[in-house]
Amino acid sequence: MTEQLHQITVTVNGVTRRGETPARRLLADFLRMDLGLTGTHLGCEHGVCGACTVLLDDVPVRSCLIFAVSVDGHAITTVEGCCDPGGELGPVQQAFQECHGLQCGFCTPGFITTITAYLEENPKPTEEEAREAIGGNLCRCTGYQNIVAAVLRAAEILNETQIKSEREAPHE
Amino acid sequence: MSEKLVGQPLVRKEDPRLLRGDGRYVDDLGRGALAAAFVRSPNAHARIADIDVTDALDVEGLVAVYTYEDLPGRVAEPLPLLIPHPDLTHPRTPYCLAKDEVNHVGEAVVMVVATDRYVAEDAAERIVVTYEDLPPVVGIDQARAAQRLVHDEVPGNIAARSVQTNGKGDAQEAIAAAPHRLSLDLQIERSASMPMEGKGVLAHWDADDRTLRVHTSTQTSTSVRLAVAAKLELPPDRVEVITPDVGGGFGVKIMHPWPEEILVPWAAMKLGQDVKWVEDRREHFISSAHERGQQQHVEVGFDSDGRLCGLSVEIWHDNGAYVPYGIIVPIVTSTQLLGPYKVGAYRVEFTSLYTNTVIVTPYRGAGRPQGVFAMERTMDAIAEYLGLDRLAVREANLIQPEEMPYDQGLVFQDGRPLIYDSGDYPTMLRMIRELVGWDGFEAERAAAAAEGRRIGIGIGAYVEGTGMGPYEGAHVKVETTGEIVVSTGLTTQGQGHYTSLAQIAADVLGVGVADVTVITGDTRRFKYAVGTFASRAIVTSGNAVAVAAGKVAEKAKRIAAAALGGGADPADLELVDGTVRRRDDPTASIDLRTVAVLSNPLRYAFDEAAKAATQFAAAVGTGDEPGLEATGYYMPERSTFAAGAHGVVVETDPETADIRILRYCVVHDCGVVVNPRIVEGQVHGGVAQGVGGALYERIVYDDAGQLVNASYMDFLIPFATEVPHIQTAHMVTASGVNPLGLKGAGEAGVIPTSAAVASAIEDAEGLSVRRMPISPSELYELRKTRTTRETRKEQVSA
Repeated sequence: MTEQLHQITVTVNGVTRRGETPARRLLADFLRMDLGLTGTHLGCEHGVCGACTVLLDDVPVRSCLIFAVSVDGHAITTVEGCCDPGGELGPVQQAFQECHGLQCGFCTPGFITTITAYLEENPKPTEEEAREAIGGNLCRCTGYQNIVAAVLRAAEILNETQIKSEREAPHE
Repeated sequence: MSEKLVGQPLVRKEDPRLLRGDGRYVDDLGRGALAAAFVRSPNAHARIADIDVTDALDVEGLVAVYTYEDLPGRVAEPLPLLIPHPDLTHPRTPYCLAKDEVNHVGEAVVMVVATDRYVAEDAAERIVVTYEDLPPVVGIDQARAAQRLVHDEVPGNIAARSVQTNGKGDAQEAIAAAPHRLSLDLQIERSASMPMEGKGVLAHWDADDRTLRVHTSTQTSTSVRLAVAAKLELPPDRVEVITPDVGGGFGVKIMHPWPEEILVPWAAMKLGQDVKWVEDRREHFISSAHERGQQQHVEVGFDSDGRLCGLSVEIWHDNGAYVPYGIIVPIVTSTQLLGPYKVGAYRVEFTSLYTNTVIVTPYRGAGRPQGVFAMERTMDAIAEYLGLDRLAVREANLIQPEEMPYDQGLVFQDGRPLIYDSGDYPTMLRMIRELVGWDGFEAERAAAAAEGRRIGIGIGAYVEGTGMGPYEGAHVKVETTGEIVVSTGLTTQGQGHYTSLAQIAADVLGVGVADVTVITGDTRRFKYAVGTFASRAIVTSGNAVAVAAGKVAEKAKRIAAAALGGGADPADLELVDGTVRRRDDPTASIDLRTVAVLSNPLRYAFDEAAKAATQFAAAVGTGDEPGLEATGYYMPERSTFAAGAHGVVVETDPETADIRILRYCVVHDCGVVVNPRIVEGQVHGGVAQGVGGALYERIVYDDAGQLVNASYMDFLIPFATEVPHIQTAHMVTASGVNPLGLKGAGEAGVIPTSAAVASAIEDAEGLSVRRMPISPSELYELRKTRTTRETRKEQVSA
């Protein structure tokens, strides 16, 4: 028996991508195997570790628990899409490097996407809130302390960037 | 001379790539490769009666199905015993695919290859294996009782029995003659490394070139290469093994060759197509190694100051169904148990036992957490018995700095004498006393008690042998672009070697870290290595990089002296800011990249650097070798000993028995520090795993040998919300063994955590904790059996 393929259209990191996929193909596998976006990693394939977290219409979801066909017509952001438009490290990525928030780097993409969405919601978290915000992602290397610091630092960078762009914006 | 880079907390060179999603882990490679999946045993102990693959053959996209019967030659032989030992009298290792019998749930029985993983699993699901059940041996009690056997021909389930004494008299006699005696029965449960990336193997066979290329998520690519070559009967020079980015190791990936590391390359050769296997999480739980499970019986004799006269320890170690990695873990427990202490006459005996469970090989700490648990529980028990301060008892037994190097009188895991090279343990305990607030704690306890809260303080100290041999090597090359390429054979799985090794090379060659590219774990670039485990990488490869870079610097000076003329002696030159120049006249200078051009007697002007070099007549002398490059090795005489102490304050809920860590402090000594930022990160990560091992993580088998919590839903790795903020303080006693003065840091954080947390819970509760990890429900039950220290506990809760 040949598996039936379904046409889907997804906006991934701002680019419209079309693909043919079997109904059972996971979103994570579609991103990795069909689109070659291997920054999204699979750590447990049962929705606990969070390494595969991507943003579905700006909301963090586990791409190991979603079928690719079910995101037809939606927008996905992966870790590759968390860079600055110029390709430089984005604010959260920059903060991770500054704070040594990663070691092996395998869980990191899931943290980057999760934190990117979180700071939209809460741009000035306390340390306690920062810890809570990453409480759904597993990391086996860092002990989380430097990731908590990276959340706070990313908030600072975002804040600085915002102030700068407001200053540079022409006054009415 | 610019400031030394060694010692600076530089940000990591490897981060931007990993942060952009441009890391390349094994599953990110080999698009279009065939996929392998395995049918694994659902039974802990059984005979294989029949394997029926008929139904699988209809699956579209199926490429091949292999059972043991299909395996040829050496692939069909049992996997190697990596580290034999005279006391390992009954070694048993597994086959790549089970032959006749399975000995644990998860053992591979059938290999399926298909066009993709989905299809491979479809086919695997349709394969019917008929088993005849055999009674399983689960847990140390059953293994010791030996009513049932894991391997028919291994009496008592005993793989190994080993005794060591420290040559300081008969331990039993010393204990009997001591003013006071105590005995303790202790237990540590099973856990596992659990890297976020499981194992994975990708193989490519080039039939025209007769070359096999294997990518594997390992902690030792060089050794996997030799294993694959031997098993597939290929000349080693036809096999390349590359370790791409690795998503954590923590020990489980130093075990090798895993069955899949042989089977996947074998299938790729046989099929003439690329084959890939990537372990899923459940597979990792039921077929990759575990560690920690031990029972211990301690007898100790001591004087009225708590000073040890004699110590006798018996250990029963659960090694799982096979012992391919030998008996390293119980050897480490037996020897590292001593920690920073002088124990008088010491005798240790361990029995390594087979059970019908997943194999046991080193997990970060590698037997040390168990040893430290035994020693530190003993210290606390002595303090309790004598009514002394727990820190005072430890201080009474410390090895003093002036006694270094200190010979513990035992043989260490590397087969060399257990001689501590350096350390200042009294200072270490003084620092942890201050950091954790030991002296002011009674006031803190009283204040908490006044609010109806119950808190306790605990401590754990350890000594860790690191940087063991036999060797590591490095190749350092200056390109004509000025780029320095450093290749070392050992692998990296998050420890920041691309940065720390660059710091070492950059200092020797007078360049910046941005000029240095580090390559690890690629046998095409460097063939000789041991691997990244046992807190050895920075010590062994770090010193090897310094040796190789030193040779390059010498050669650069020789060539530059000739090029600069004017009677310059190489000894008068120095390497600074990417140039080689005269110390007495810095204007007499030549770019290092130009020296690299000069180092090749054949130089066509392909690039600007070559053109710039035409003004210099000199090149390498006859008798020298072309290329500004060198290979260097570091072979330690023996291990170098790091140390540390952890202090922890916990709160236990009087009603629910919930256990919360309020404060976690670490004093850490790993000798000269190359990159403090990286070391700090290693300590944090180790403590997080230690907290997991103390309060949350345990591998649970039922009586039938089923692993009942084989998922992240049930095996509780701490999230950020479970790991406390960690306060660290560092001290430096340089290694007396290696030129750079380095000691390893990778495992440190995890080693005394269970011991320290147990100590704090005992202190909070006024009862004896003899088994870790401990859950709230276990603490709740323990309260019901309370027999000691009733009085103080009553005061506290009053």
